[in-house]
Amino acid sequence: MSKLKIILNGIIKENPTFILVLGMCPTLATTTSAMNGMGMGFATMSVLLCSNIVISLLAPLIPNKVRIPCYIVVIAAFVTLVQLLMQAYIPDLYNTLGIFIPLIVVNCIVLGRAEAFANKHGVVDSALDGIGIGLGFTIALTIIGLVRELLGNLSAFDHKLFEGDGMLLFVLAPGAFIVLGYLMVLFNKIRGTK
Amino acid sequence: MQYLIIIISAIFVNNVVLSQFLGICPFFGVSKKISTAFGMSLAIVLVMGLATLVTYLIQYNVLINTWFGEKIDITFMQTIVFILVIAALVQMVEIILKKINPTLYQALGIFLPLITTNCAVLGAALIVVQKQFGFASNPDGMLNLVESVVYSMSLAVGFGIAIILFAGMREQMELNNVPKSLRGTPIAFITAGLLALAFMGFQGIV
Amino acid sequence: MAKKSSLLNMALVLTLVCLGASAAVAVVYAVTKEPIEMANQLKINSAIKEVVPEFDNAPSDEVLNVTTPDGIEGKVYVAKKGSEIVGYAIESTTSKGFGGPFTIMVGFTPDEVVYNTSVISHSETPGLGAKITENKSAFIQQWNGKNLGDGSIKVAVKKDGGDIDAITASTITSRAYCDAMENAFRILKSISPATASEKGENVEESNFNDGWEVMEVIDL
Repeated sequence: MSKLKIILNGIIKENPTFILVLGMCPTLATTTSAMNGMGMGFATMSVLLCSNIVISLLAPLIPNKVRIPCYIVVIAAFVTLVQLLMQAYIPDLYNTLGIFIPLIVVNCIVLGRAEAFANKHGVVDSALDGIGIGLGFTIALTIIGLVRELLGNLSAFDHKLFEGDGMLLFVLAPGAFIVLGYLMVLFNKIRGTK
Repeated sequence: MQYLIIIISAIFVNNVVLSQFLGICPFFGVSKKISTAFGMSLAIVLVMGLATLVTYLIQYNVLINTWFGEKIDITFMQTIVFILVIAALVQMVEIILKKINPTLYQALGIFLPLITTNCAVLGAALIVVQKQFGFASNPDGMLNLVESVVYSMSLAVGFGIAIILFAGMREQMELNNVPKSLRGTPIAFITAGLLALAFMGFQGIV
Repeated sequence: MAKKSSLLNMALVLTLVCLGASAAVAVVYAVTKEPIEMANQLKINSAIKEVVPEFDNAPSDEVLNVTTPDGIEGKVYVAKKGSEIVGYAIESTTSKGFGGPFTIMVGFTPDEVVYNTSVISHSETPGLGAKITENKSAFIQQWNGKNLGDGSIKVAVKKDGGDIDAITASTITSRAYCDAMENAFRILKSISPATASEKGENVEESNFNDGWEVMEVIDL
């Protein structure tokens, strides 16, 4: 696989949100606006990138039976690092995303990539895979956030586009499910016609 | 009375899946049949109660404690410690269940490994040590041990109710003629959205 | 690829990985500890600046931890220009928020009139209750210039028979705000600013010392 292909694979062919349907909790919970979705996406991506790199380095040294606990510890450490750094330098975003930052630990995408890709490939490929999948996740979250923000609040990236109140339903919990459902249909259609 | 408020608010008002978005993966993954959904719910109630019990004790006896006359607060290690404890706990439950009650193990066994990466378990453990209630018995509004366990088990029951309802809807949907591009995951999401809308009706009752 | 598992290497590797991970986290914790405190402090400071008239002291260095007789706790930051008190910024919390605790900073001028208010932290629904943080919103503006103690305004949303216009579709958040305002006012009353300014610096000094002692206990 060429290097570019690894990245594109994560964004389109194995898009974690629309195709693999992984990591749904943060996808639904943090996409109340495009900015929040993007912030969550980048936080997850940085954890994914770091854990992929470290796990691809450590994999040959780890006995098979304890590999999952080891991966979880590595991931949890990076999540805590991201958590601390966000608290220090972007406290506002940290407060909005709340409990979903520590919950990156149990995001199936991160552990899934460690198990399915990073422990079989070299450092460079694993890093690229982390970037690809991370970008795919970030893009998906930003799109969902943008749609929900547009419909629910009539704004985009926190800028009010139209006067008045939007359809609040889309910012609330039910709207998350419904928007994601229809976006999946759209994504499948676009991919299917190619 | 306060237990009633905790239970109602955890099951209906702040439903884990439909309003807090925790445990979405098993919610979609094992909701094709009512019987599997039921097994999963039972396993989750058991594990979530146990996990909260243990993590609560760790939070207030290990992470925040006095060691060798020094008061320490290493809550920044919370994420690592909690997830390891939960992973180990799930393994232990699996082994013990296999030994003492093989029938129950047959029913719940396959769900147990899945639960480690169920964010509802870690989520509940993190929420109960953060959540403040106006009526809680501790002066700072934090839940005490019993309230915490009741709260997280109620959250798990809420998960159970949501997933069993949802499985029922999906079983019905199998028989319906769904437009081709909506089949599978998309229609499941939209259905879940409508279910979440119904649960919004509970808001404001506590 | 992966090594064969034996009890020894399993235990060894897992221990080493845990040690490494904890060490890395501990280092970053030590490095970020100060910036995190600074970020929190910055937030408090900018909230103070928003809610009281112009001052030239450092209110965050003159913090009073107050508990009213009926058990409401809060922090009072005293803003001064020269030696004259220009306002009190009161940090007050309520547990009646929709999604959890709700903390606001309320600024009073010395004659107990609300100067401005600002939300410090909340966990309200994004798009609904969270609208409360939009600073120039009508909801926030309606408090300014009101005296909560002279009976001219009833601190409750109109639905409950009060004088406050609630935010559309966010009655619970609006109620929480009223509750926090009420708490802030009681805190203001209990520090009894009249006595403080009449008796002069001495009273304040001792109050500040009390405040510091409480702070130190918390720090440990």
